[in-house]
Amino acid sequence: MNELAVAIPWLGSRNPKAARSVVLALMLIAPLIAALCGNTWVRILDFALLYVMLALGLNLVVGFAGLLDLGYIAFYAVGAYTWAFLASPHFGLHLPFWLVLPAGAGFAALAGLILGAPVLRLRGDYLAIVTLGFGEIVRIFMNNLNYPINITNGPQGVNMLDSLNLFGWDVSRHIPITDNFKINSLVMFYYVFLLFVVGSVIVIRRLQVSRIGRGWAAIRDDELAAKAIGINTRNMKLLAFAMGATFGGVAGGLFGSFQGFVSPESFSLMESIAILTMVVFGGMGNLGGVIIGAIALSLLPEILRSVALPVQHAIFGHVILDPEVLRMLLLSLAMILMMLIRPAGMLPAHARYSRPELASAGKGKQ
Amino acid sequence: METLLQQIVNGLVVGSVYALVALGYTMVYGILGLINFAHGDVLMVGALVALQVIVFVQKTWPALGTIPTLLIGLSAAMIVCMALGYIIERTAYRRLRNAPRLAPLITAIGVSFLLQTLAMIIWGRNYHSFPQLISTAPLQPVDGVFITPVQIIILISSALLMVALILLVNKTRLGRAMRATAENHRVASLMGVDTNKIIAITFIIGSGLAAIAGVMFSSNYGVAHYAMGFTPGIKAFTAAVLGGIGNLGGAMVGGIVLGLVESIGAGYLGSATDLCHLPLWAQSASLQATCANGGSFELLSSNYQDIFAFVILGIVLIFRPTGLLGERVSDRA
Repeated sequence: MNELAVAIPWLGSRNPKAARSVVLALMLIAPLIAALCGNTWVRILDFALLYVMLALGLNLVVGFAGLLDLGYIAFYAVGAYTWAFLASPHFGLHLPFWLVLPAGAGFAALAGLILGAPVLRLRGDYLAIVTLGFGEIVRIFMNNLNYPINITNGPQGVNMLDSLNLFGWDVSRHIPITDNFKINSLVMFYYVFLLFVVGSVIVIRRLQVSRIGRGWAAIRDDELAAKAIGINTRNMKLLAFAMGATFGGVAGGLFGSFQGFVSPESFSLMESIAILTMVVFGGMGNLGGVIIGAIALSLLPEILRSVALPVQHAIFGHVILDPEVLRMLLLSLAMILMMLIRPAGMLPAHARYSRPELASAGKGKQ
Repeated sequence: METLLQQIVNGLVVGSVYALVALGYTMVYGILGLINFAHGDVLMVGALVALQVIVFVQKTWPALGTIPTLLIGLSAAMIVCMALGYIIERTAYRRLRNAPRLAPLITAIGVSFLLQTLAMIIWGRNYHSFPQLISTAPLQPVDGVFITPVQIIILISSALLMVALILLVNKTRLGRAMRATAENHRVASLMGVDTNKIIAITFIIGSGLAAIAGVMFSSNYGVAHYAMGFTPGIKAFTAAVLGGIGNLGGAMVGGIVLGLVESIGAGYLGSATDLCHLPLWAQSASLQATCANGGSFELLSSNYQDIFAFVILGIVLIFRPTGLLGERVSDRA
C-alpha cells in the first residue's frame, strides 16, 4: 500500500501520511460512490482498473526500457483468449482460475518473447512499426482461425466464459445482505481487480528500483553505453517484453472473466494506441502518473458521454458526436497536445528515473 | 497460367498505388527521419473529398463529361490534401523537429487518429460507393486475363507521376534543395536553402501524391471509407522500407514488388497450405475423409492476405534494414 501512496508524488511528498490515507480511502470507497450513480459507473471503474493494469504493463516496456510497443493489445488478447479456451464451454474445459490466469500470463510472456527475439536489433520508430504489425497479425489470426479447424470462433468470438471463481467464491454473484439490499457483483469485481492492481504496482515498483529496472533505464538512455558497462542488453530487452506482456496477459484473463465473452473487436489497434496515450498522458516511466493517466483517460470519455449526449440533445435535438467518436477525439488530441506542450506527461517521472532529453522536448528551436 | 497472369496484373495495379503512397513516406523520412503515420489518412481524406466534389458536380452540372468531372474532383482533393499536409507539418511536426524520436512518432499517431475521427464526424461510419466515372467493364487482352480501363489509367498515370517526381528531384533547383536538406539540414541552410520551406514543400508534394493515390484506390475498388487509409498506409510504408527508405526509386520498386508478392501470394496461399496435397500416408484418417471427393483443408486462406505486408516488413527490417536498393546506411533501425 505504501508503494501506491508514494507513487502519487505531489501528495506523497508534502504530507506522506495524509496522502496515503486519502489515496487508500478513495480507492476503497470509489465503487460505493459510483454505485450511487448507477451500476454503469461501477462497471466503468472496473474497466478503469483493467486499463491501469495494462498501462502499468506497457509502461514497463515503453517507459522503463524505452521500447515503443504499438502491439501491446496482442498480449491482452492472448490472456483473454487463454481464459476463453481453458474456462468456457467452447472446448468444454472449466479449469480453475489459479491455473488459467498463470497460463494466460505465461502464454502472454511467451508471445512477448516471440515478438521480442526477432526485433532485438530494432529501435525507435522501426520497432514501433514492427510491433504494430505483430498486433495486427494476432488480430487477423483471431479473426480467421475458425477455419479449417474452429479454434477462435472467428469474428463472433467466444462467449459464456466462466466467471472469476476464487476458491469457491463466485465473484460474479451478487451478495445478498437483506431481502432488498445486495452487494452488486460489479463492486466485488472492483475489489478483486484492485487487489491485482496493488499487487502489480508493488511488483513493478520493486522492479523499477532493482538492478533490472536500472538496467532498463540504462538501455533506454543509451544502449551502447549500457552494453559497454556490462549490461546484457539482449536479455534485459527480452525480459522487458516478457514482463510487460505478463501484466497484459493477467489483465486479459481478468477481462475475459469479467466480460464473459471475447471477440477480436476488443483488441484493435485503437486499443493499443489508447493504452499508449494513457502512459504518455500520465507521464512515461512514472507509476503514479501512469495510474492517473489510465484512470483519467478511461473515465473522461465516459463522463463526457454522460454530459455531452444530453447537451447535444438539448441544443441540436439529435446526437452529432456519438460517444465512441468523442473518445477517439479526446485520445488523439491528448496525444498530440501532450507531445507539443508537455512531452514528459502530466506527472513527469522523477528526475532519478527520467530521461533528461524528454523533459526538454518541444522546447527545441524552430 | 491465366491465374498467374491475372494476379500479376492485379499486383501491378495495386503495387503502383502503393508506390505512389510510398513516395510520400520516403520523401518525408529522407528529409526528417520521421514516419509520417498520418500519410495513409491523407490518402483517405483525398478519396472522400474527391467523392464529395464529384457527387456535387454531377448534381449541379450533369451535362459535364466524365473526364472533366473526375479532373475537378481530383484537383479539389489534391488542393485539400496539400493544404492538410502543410497544416500538419506546420502545427504538429515542426516544433518537434529536434525532440527525441518517440515524441514526433507519438504525435504522428495522434494526427492519424485525429484525421480518422474528423472524417468519421464529417462522412459517418458508412462505406460510400465511389462514382465509377471511368468504365470498369473488364477488357480481355489475353484469354482469361481481365483488366479494366480504370486499372490501365492507374498504371499509366502512376508511371507518369513517378517519372515527373524523379525529374523534379534530380533535375530542378527545388529538387537539389530537397536533396541537400535531406543530406544535412544545417549545412543546407548555411548554403542559403530555406529548409523550413523545403520541408513544407516536401509534405505538400507527398500529400498531393497521396490524394491522387486515394482517388485511384477508391476508383479501383469502388468504395471510400473513413478508415480506408490505414491498410494502404501501412503497406506503402512497408513498400518504402522494402525498397530502402529515403530512396525514391526504392519506393517505386518496393511498391511494385509488394503488390506482386501480395497478389500472387493471396492467389496461391490457399492451395499451397492445403493439407490435402500431402502424400496419402501422411494424412490422418479424418483428413482423408475431408479430402475425399475434391474436398480441401486449407490452413491459410486468402483472408490472410494482409499478413504479407507485416511479415515482409519484419523480415526486411531484421535482415536487410537498408532495403533492396538502399545505399543509405541507416543507423536508425
